[in-house]
Amino acid sequence: MSFPWANEYTPKAPLMKWLDDRLPLPRLVYGAVGGGYPVPRNLNFFWNFGVLSGLALVIQIVTGVIMAMHYGANELVAFSTVEQTMRDVNAGWLMRYAHANGASFFFIVVYLHIFRGLYFGSYKAPREMVWLLGLVIFLLMMATAFMGYVLPWGQMSYWGAKVITGLFGAIPVVGEPIQTWLLGGFAPGNAALNRFFSLHYLLPFVIAGVVILHIWALHIPGSSNPTGVEVKGPQDTVPFHPYYTAKDGFGAGIFFIAFAFMVYFAPNYLGHPDNYIEANPLSTPAHIVPEWYFWPFYAILRAFTVDFFFVPAKLLGVLAMFSSILLLFFLPWLDTSPVRSGRYRPLFRKFFYILIADVLVLGYCGGAPAEEPYVMISQIAAAYYFAHFLIILPLIAAFEKPLPLPGSITEAVLAKHGLTEEKTVAIEGEAAPVPAE
Amino acid sequence: MVRFIAFLVGLFFAGWLFVSFLVGAVSYVSDPPAPTVEHEFHLAPKHVSYSFDGPFGHYDKQQLQRGFQVFKEVCSACHSLKFVAFRDLKALGYNEAEVKAIAKNWAIKTPDADPSTGEASTRDPVPADHFPKPFANDVAARAANNNAIPPDLSLLTKARHHGTAYVYSLLTGFQDQPAALLKEFPDAKTPEGLHYNPYFANLNLAMAPPLTAEGQVTYGEGQPKPTVDQMAQDVAAFLTWTAEPKMEVRKASGIAVLFFLILATALAYLSYRNIWADKKH
Repeated sequence: MSFPWANEYTPKAPLMKWLDDRLPLPRLVYGAVGGGYPVPRNLNFFWNFGVLSGLALVIQIVTGVIMAMHYGANELVAFSTVEQTMRDVNAGWLMRYAHANGASFFFIVVYLHIFRGLYFGSYKAPREMVWLLGLVIFLLMMATAFMGYVLPWGQMSYWGAKVITGLFGAIPVVGEPIQTWLLGGFAPGNAALNRFFSLHYLLPFVIAGVVILHIWALHIPGSSNPTGVEVKGPQDTVPFHPYYTAKDGFGAGIFFIAFAFMVYFAPNYLGHPDNYIEANPLSTPAHIVPEWYFWPFYAILRAFTVDFFFVPAKLLGVLAMFSSILLLFFLPWLDTSPVRSGRYRPLFRKFFYILIADVLVLGYCGGAPAEEPYVMISQIAAAYYFAHFLIILPLIAAFEKPLPLPGSITEAVLAKHGLTEEKTVAIEGEAAPVPAE
Repeated sequence: MVRFIAFLVGLFFAGWLFVSFLVGAVSYVSDPPAPTVEHEFHLAPKHVSYSFDGPFGHYDKQQLQRGFQVFKEVCSACHSLKFVAFRDLKALGYNEAEVKAIAKNWAIKTPDADPSTGEASTRDPVPADHFPKPFANDVAARAANNNAIPPDLSLLTKARHHGTAYVYSLLTGFQDQPAALLKEFPDAKTPEGLHYNPYFANLNLAMAPPLTAEGQVTYGEGQPKPTVDQMAQDVAAFLTWTAEPKMEVRKASGIAVLFFLILATALAYLSYRNIWADKKH
């Protein structure tokens, strides 16, 4: 699928011709991430993070498959097999540090990818399905990361598993049976460790499958762009290859530099020291904290300290934590402004920056011990988080006066360079062309 | 409809969070949290410089050998080192024969089964063995150590914030309880059998000061004087090595990898500029 002016795949070598007639896989790749996919010409570097997320997934799968070869999913040996990987397996330390930091980098690029979508309105019609599938990937990632963190069977692994599965215990009546059923016991043990390992190995491939759907859904309307104005003609686009493969190649280089820096010089900086202590059900760590990428949600979970009549505070916290992600599924229908890009939405932009600050504050509070004043700060920050998406965004959409939009992507690009006209095919006054399959 | 329901949900969560905030704020103002003794008297680890600091750092093998000597003569009486094998000591600069001798003469023997009767017995460790544990089990460890289990030391410097500095600070930090502490917190007197140390999380630990006198361990020719401070530094360095034996190869390969990546990224940048040269964007 693509715009009508997309380059057609024409195999030249006889072998490729033969292959194309029987299994047009090169044709599919060419149309998906090659010269056959026309992309708006004005994408900025925030559009690199989709490809970088895919790269991070590949790094996780490769290092993870190798680590699994040396891992024993049994509570008696799990911790020591991980240590063996670090000490006695060739480059085992590299695989493990790359996998542990790879998870953090996966979340970094995915969070940037999500915030790019939030700012530039990438979730709006006709790209709602791309957004929804992206959120499914995000949820799967969170589940995978959580279960992966349990596998080394350190103190934080064990107590993290206990706290998170304990959330299900907050559900009235059926909560405790559900928790027992999930864990295969009354506390995390061998049964839980085994099933977490099994699922931790399975889910990345489910993610890979949903990634394919995510890209498929993206290719129906084509990529969004910083102006939020839809593509109107061939002059607005460039072929993905070589233009965006080159740009993504440079982005990948920067990503790898940052990644290598952490893996080789600060491999334990993002981790918690307690996870180098073997799991001990009899000794509770002073502060149980999840990995940094869960901190904002952990802060929301702990922000509820007062029972709401017959609803206990703990259950409210659990509901709020899940709602904080689930509400994003409704975002395309909450923000009804027809203007996509935050560039042309002055009021929206202000609140967007408040949201960023708010999420950072939530993250800080989630990593801090559950003491005052962090709890009070996280209560205010969590209140804003919900208000932002559920109340403020719909109101902005109703009352905001957006700035005038550029006539087309090309017009915006030329205006940026102080030009007014470029000799290209102009399709004056015509509606946006409908992409053909 | 979606927006109406969202509005109600948003109002509920935000509103109840605000109520929770007010409840918390009132109790915070009317009944401010009392300062704790840990909060006021716990100290962050002291700073020490080591040869392995920084991206170009290397272990000082002489120091690791001295640290190993301290471990062998002092720490190993109570602490295990279960993830380290005698063969690993080659990284400290010992040769094959020396490693064999160290293993053979180790004070604690490796558990084994008698080959003819199958009864439990012990034998001299060989280089392939990990360091034998000083106590048969946790119960024995507790019984001999004032009801506290001496932690395994293999990963200790990674299992504490600022691990190397922490070990050094803890070993040199034993002292009498400050008078100011007892004045402010009369109930916080160090219990019988425990020892005050401001670098320990809850200020009192079961371990008695292990390094007490200069010359407690005799260092070889040409080595620095075995002061308590020097021994603490050396054993902290040794425990950094036990926790992170691959640090040298990690940092060295990291330099090479970064050098390559920066070069490759520069080329990628040039090719990006080149490809986009004729395209305004």
